[in-house]
Order: sequence, then C-alpha cells, then structure tokens
Amino acid sequence: MAIEMVKISHISKAFDDFVVLDDVSLSVNHGENLVVFGKSGTGKSVLLKCMVKLLVPDAGEVFIEGKNVHTISNAELTELRKNIGFLFQSAALYDSMSVSENLAFPLIRNFFFTKQEVEAKVKRALEMVSLEHAVDKMPSELSGGMRKRIGLARSIITEPKLMLYDEPTTGLDPITTKEISRLIRDLQNELKMTSIIITHDLACAQIISDRAVVLEKGKLKYEGSLKELTASSDPFLHDFFTSDIIED
Amino acid sequence: MGVGQLFEFCFRFLKNVFLPPYEFHEIKKHMDELGVKTLPIVSVTGFIIGVVLAMQSEPILARFGAESVLPAMVSLSVVRELGPVITALIFAGRVSSGIGAELGSMRVTEQIDAMEVSAIDPFRYLVVTRVVACSFILPVLTLYVVFLAIFGGYLAMILSQGMSLQLYVVSVVEAIRFGDIIPGIGKTFFFGFIVGIVGAFKGYNADKGTEGVGKASTTSVVLSSLLILVTDTVLVKITLWIWP
Ligand SMILES: Nc1ncnc2c1ncn2[C@@H]1O[C@H](COP(=O)(O)OP(=O)(O)OP(=O)(O)O)[C@@H](O)[C@H]1O
Ligand SMILES: [Mg+2]
Repeated sequence: MAIEMVKISHISKAFDDFVVLDDVSLSVNHGENLVVFGKSGTGKSVLLKCMVKLLVPDAGEVFIEGKNVHTISNAELTELRKNIGFLFQSAALYDSMSVSENLAFPLIRNFFFTKQEVEAKVKRALEMVSLEHAVDKMPSELSGGMRKRIGLARSIITEPKLMLYDEPTTGLDPITTKEISRLIRDLQNELKMTSIIITHDLACAQIISDRAVVLEKGKLKYEGSLKELTASSDPFLHDFFTSDIIED
Repeated sequence: MGVGQLFEFCFRFLKNVFLPPYEFHEIKKHMDELGVKTLPIVSVTGFIIGVVLAMQSEPILARFGAESVLPAMVSLSVVRELGPVITALIFAGRVSSGIGAELGSMRVTEQIDAMEVSAIDPFRYLVVTRVVACSFILPVLTLYVVFLAIFGGYLAMILSQGMSLQLYVVSVVEAIRFGDIIPGIGKTFFFGFIVGIVGAFKGYNADKGTEGVGKASTTSVVLSSLLILVTDTVLVKITLWIWP
C-alpha cells in the first residue's frame, strides 16, 4: 500500500477554551489536489499551520510522507520542510528585501545553486506569475494582489513536492484568478506536485480540484468531488455554494 | 512573558551562537546599520558629557584646592562609568526599541513563520546575528564616546583656564590605567548583549496585532535599561574586587 503524501489523524486544536479544530482526519494522495472550503474563521489556516508545525495541535498526529511532523527531530523536520511550499494568506513577504531577494532567499539558503541559476529561476518564477517587471520593487511598493502572486512565486520556486496554499486567489481579479488557478494545476501536472488549497473561490476550485472537503465548526463535514458537493441538497452546502452556481 | 522565558531565550542564543554556519555577512550588515543609526546622537552626547562634567567639577575641585586633578577626574569618570553607562542607555533607547519593533512586525505579519516553513531557522538568522552585532558594536561606540568626552572636557578647560593640550593629554594619560579601561569598556559588551537580547526577545514573542509591535518596542527599552543598570552594579562590584 502506498503511503499517503499527507495523513492527518484526529487532530484537535483549541486556543484557550476556544475550540478551533475538533477531531479532524484527512488524507491526501501523491499528486492529488485537495481543495478545502469553509466559512471564515472555521480554522482552515490553523489546519494548514498544524501540518507544518507552525502550530502544534493539542491532540492527534500529522504524517507527511509517513513521517510524524510533530515528533521527528528538528533536523528531520528541516529536511522535510525543504520539500514543502507554503503560501500564506497574508503572503508574508520579507519586507526588508526586494522582490528578487525574497525569491532568491530560500534558494540560496537551502540549495547549492550558482548565481546564474538563481537568477534564471527567479526570472522564470516571476514570469509564471506575470510580474517580471516587479523584480526590483520592495514589497511595500506592491498592491495586495501583486504581493499574493510574489508570495506564490516564492513558495513554488524551490519546486516542492507538497504545496500548501492559503487562499491563493483571494483579492485577485477574475482573469488573474484563472491564470493562477491554471498555474497551480499545471504545477501538479508537470512537477507531480501534491497540493492542498484553501479557497472560497469556486472558479479557482473548478480548475484545480480533484477532491474537496468542507470544514464546518471545527469538523470536516463533507467530502467529495466538487460536482458532488455543489450539487448536494444538504442545506448547509446548498447555502455555501448557491450564489456561485446560479449562473449555470 | 516572564523572567524564565527570557532566560530560556538567552540559553537558546548561547546554544546557537557557537554553531556554524556563522552569518558573518548578516552580522556585518547589522553592525553597519547600528553604527550609522546611533553615531550622531552618541557623538553629541559624548561631547556634551565631557564639557558639562568639566564645568561642574571645576568649582567643586577648587573648593578643595585640587583643580590640578581635573583632567584625571574627568577622564576617569568618563572611562569607568559615565561613558559606558550613558552610551549603553542611549543605545538601548535607540536600538532595543528598533529590534523589538522590527522583529515584532515580522512576527505579526507572519514573516518569521514564513522563514521557519522554508526550512530557514529564523532564530539563527534574525536573533543571533542581531545580538552578536549589538554586543560587538557597543564597546566600539563607547570607546569613541570616551574619546569625545575627554576632548569635550579639554575644550571646557581651555575656556576657563587656558590649559595647553599637551599638558591635558599628559595628565589624562598618566591618570588612566588598564584597570580602568578594560572593565570600563569591557562591560559594555554585556550591555550590548542585553540590548540585543531583550529587543529580540520582545519582538520575537510579540503578540499578534499592531499593538503587539508597539508594546514590544517600548517594553524592550524599559527592560533593557533596567537590566543595564542592574548588571552595571554587579560588574562594578566584581571589577573592584579584581582591580582594587
Ligand atoms: N494564534 C492564534 N491565537 C488565538 N486564536 C487564534 C490563533 N490563530 C487563529 N485563531 C482563531 O482560530 C480561529 C480560526 O482561525 P483561522 O485563521 O484558521 O480561520 P480561517 O478558516 O482561515 O478563516 P479565513 O477564511 O477568514 O482565513 C479564529 O477564530 C481565530 O480567532
Ligand atoms: Mg485563513
């Protein structure tokens, strides 16, 4: 039996008394694109952060390629993280560095590339998100959508095996949304990347999702293909997806 | 955030600082920045300390008929105590708050988390480099302040007595011993460490939200100034025990 890329088993997380995740289990196969839906504030970002040990769950385990993220040594965790890309909801660009320094930072620090190779990779990553002209800008000079795309470029530049996207298309116009969604899909095809994508955006989900889950009040309530979820007669799902399906 | 956590933070620093890879490039960058940032205010202060100290001491010494020890008095006060402590306090006000705010805003905007998930140790990259830079730059700044203050003292004296530079320098050089310079300048290494570690500690552990950044910045000035004064007391005691 092949090991899943990501296996989350029974994790729970509370901040003080406020329960955010309640016994969530989930697995993602190699090469799969999983979309996570959920209302604002239900713990989607928290779930993603638990996967890479930015947050430590109160109970439960997370396995990435069979390794328990929360018990392996720091050295192993560092090695594991080199193969994971993480796009923050806030983009989290290093604001003391220019765009090109932001992109080059993980490459220079973790891999042994020559200066030319780094430059070429930076250029290519910027082309992927259509922001070649922003190469020498500082993050404070970028718009929200541009920051998001630079954040995306920075997280895919190392060609990780696993990509975790926290709302990659929020704040982007419909056309850029489609471009970015296609980019994520192409990365899956070309690099056999596995992705978990948090999004509210049906257009984006339609392009990239192989499977979708819905997080509701700290629990994973629904799972299935996007078609199944959107066509469901369940009142919550109906409510959740309605406004966007009207036009069909 | 209690004292225990600050100690833990210091301990984590000590565990990391001697391990390669050393970030010489980053350390040098921070030292340059710190120097540029503090040089103007530190220069003005150093000069004024010397001038005022000489002006104040002169009538006092005259009361005891001891005007001739004025150069020694000014230079010794400045080397042993005033130079190091005042430079450190100014450094704390300027730098500890800066590090607190800088790391605090990196924490709040998830830049520190971003570094961590990209397998780059933010503690080593952000904290260790800054604390090392602070520890090494402050003694240099203090030495500079001491020179300026002694020179300031001379200017005050020419105005009142018309002392020759040569005589002044000779009196100063005769008065100062190694036992004054080494502990005086040496203790600022620890003061620099305090400024760096407190600012980094407050910023690195800043609360979410913009008020977290402000809080990190102000509380680090208060705490580092206090710790400098306490450490100074302890170090002076130890110094007097070694160089009676
Ligand atoms: N570090 C933290 N400390 C305390 N509470 C937190 C922390 N991080 C998240 N929370 C709380 O956990 C809940 C879930 O937050 P999370 O960011 O995961 O929501 P989300 O599903 O990503 O929402 P959105 O779609 O708006 O991004 C929120 O109510 C938030 O207040
Ligand atoms: Mg979120």
